[in-house]
Amino acid sequence: MISFLSQAAPPAAAPVVSTTPIIVLAIYLCLLLGLALFSGRLFRGTSKDYFVASHSIGPFMLLMSVFGTTMTAFALVGSTGKTFQAGVGTYGLMASSSGLIHAACFFLIGIKVWAIAKRHGYVTQIQFFRSRFESNGLGYVLFPILVLLVVPYLLIGVIGSYRVIGPLSKGMFPDAFAAYGGSIPSWLTGIIICGVVLSYIFAGGSRAAAWANTFQTLVFMAMGMLAFYLISNKLGGLAAAIEQANPAHLVRTPSELEIVGKAGTSVREIGFPYLTFLTYMFIPLSVGMFPHLFQHWLTAKSAKSFRLTVIAHPLCIAIVWVPCVLIGLWATGVLSDTPGEAWPPIAMKIMGGLPDTSVGAVLSLTLKFLVSNPIIVGLVTAGILAAIMSSLDSQFLCLGTMFTNDIVLHKVGEDRFTDKQVVLIARCFVVAIVLVTYTLSLLLEKQQNVFDLAIWAFSGFAALTALVFAALYWKGATKAGAYACVISVAVSWLYFFIKSGGHEYTVGGVMPVAICFAVGALAMIVVSLFTKKPSDETIRKFFP
Amino acid sequence: MKNKIIIAVFILFAVLHQDFWNWDNSNLVFGFMPSGLAYHAGFSLVAVIFWSLVIKFAWPTELEEWADGKD
Repeated sequence: MISFLSQAAPPAAAPVVSTTPIIVLAIYLCLLLGLALFSGRLFRGTSKDYFVASHSIGPFMLLMSVFGTTMTAFALVGSTGKTFQAGVGTYGLMASSSGLIHAACFFLIGIKVWAIAKRHGYVTQIQFFRSRFESNGLGYVLFPILVLLVVPYLLIGVIGSYRVIGPLSKGMFPDAFAAYGGSIPSWLTGIIICGVVLSYIFAGGSRAAAWANTFQTLVFMAMGMLAFYLISNKLGGLAAAIEQANPAHLVRTPSELEIVGKAGTSVREIGFPYLTFLTYMFIPLSVGMFPHLFQHWLTAKSAKSFRLTVIAHPLCIAIVWVPCVLIGLWATGVLSDTPGEAWPPIAMKIMGGLPDTSVGAVLSLTLKFLVSNPIIVGLVTAGILAAIMSSLDSQFLCLGTMFTNDIVLHKVGEDRFTDKQVVLIARCFVVAIVLVTYTLSLLLEKQQNVFDLAIWAFSGFAALTALVFAALYWKGATKAGAYACVISVAVSWLYFFIKSGGHEYTVGGVMPVAICFAVGALAMIVVSLFTKKPSDETIRKFFP
Repeated sequence: MKNKIIIAVFILFAVLHQDFWNWDNSNLVFGFMPSGLAYHAGFSLVAVIFWSLVIKFAWPTELEEWADGKD
């Protein structure tokens, strides 16, 4: 192990750093752009095709685009890092529960939403809720909440790409980027990543997003497997790899691990409290309310297209997460000199220091220590970028779709514009959203807690799931009940968010999402029971 | 009846997900996979079977026809 670490230590003389990983990344981005622009040629020129691909996406592409959208970069690098910090329970906490609950949301919410939206021509969540609860005002209350919850999710993708490319390219361009330590600066990474995504979203809308997501999902699944194979091989096989892992990481019972490192001593809590593990199951409910996923559902050719997504989603999660969790366990041995003894400063920092900003380094550090081949490093980094971009494109498109349909067309009237003008408006909004995201990402890049915001965004969406469930399955759910649900979720969420300072937080071990969800569901039930029921026409429209 | 069985099995899954009996188990399955991970990886595979059966026995055929305007 010591020899790996000494290989990674920077030499005293000016290093000659291979630019091969960046060349591999450039080839990958060109391939992606080529494929996506080709798919843009299939664009039929109508707004329906731009927003929901004319309901033409088949089972395999639906699975890949839905899976790619729900799995952010966290699936590859976060899973490894979180396991490194907290142990084997990470898989149960985040992956197996998601396999069960995501599939339930696709089956119970996705298929029904698809059918209703296809029948009545909705392309956004807000249109659906406005119609179901017979309220324009509800749309105006819900719109800013959904947008504000998507924005941090977008930012962690873009800032995540800065955190990947910056360290990777360190020292590669000493002349061109001397002021940045020879690494590619964030502003340039942002232009490239946002530019590539914008190009294909602008050209082909949701059809291009579906094609690009399919390609990117296959890439990040394959690269995760590649990293797993190479690392296990270097460690002498699967059995030898797990042998050198820290024993405290192999169980879920909380324990304190004292890490004696070269930079001092620190104590890290490993494992998960029971209540946290139990109530974390509410987080995957977020897919029921993600507006970008709602849009992906509507691209399905038929309800049958959902079958593969429902069945294969838990399997796809296992294919990505099991290898990454194992790598995270192995890393507890790889990144320490000797398990339980002296830990190098970087591993100390990840273990005891700044959790959510540095967990992503575990996979790349493990690869760097064990597999120094620059082509492999480039390929695995391409996998990480693929996971980031496969979520970004859907989010950009969905915000553009929402601004166009829920604000402009709703306010001014659809008849005021030709179909071509509607597509143009949507494209202008997509460009504006990309520019705002890019600017915000540069301003907030150094903020440590941007990544903590992700779990809060997920919590907000998950707590709102009671709204969509009641809308679909309870004829008695009323307009006042919907307002009560949204407002009570917003207030309770805001209360816990302020109390936590935007960081990870539990109430006696209970995740705040469980409380916010219960408050929202209760408000919906109680208020609906005592207020005016929806009209018969609405009931007929939504309950076939 | 069919729907009640599905809901009951789903709740059973949620309970099984807690696997409190495995919390402290550090044994390795197949010599390389910690019990806690092997159990939950198996849980994911059983979830695949569960959803396959749900699709087979509780598919909303009438909803699809309604969406296509065949009512």
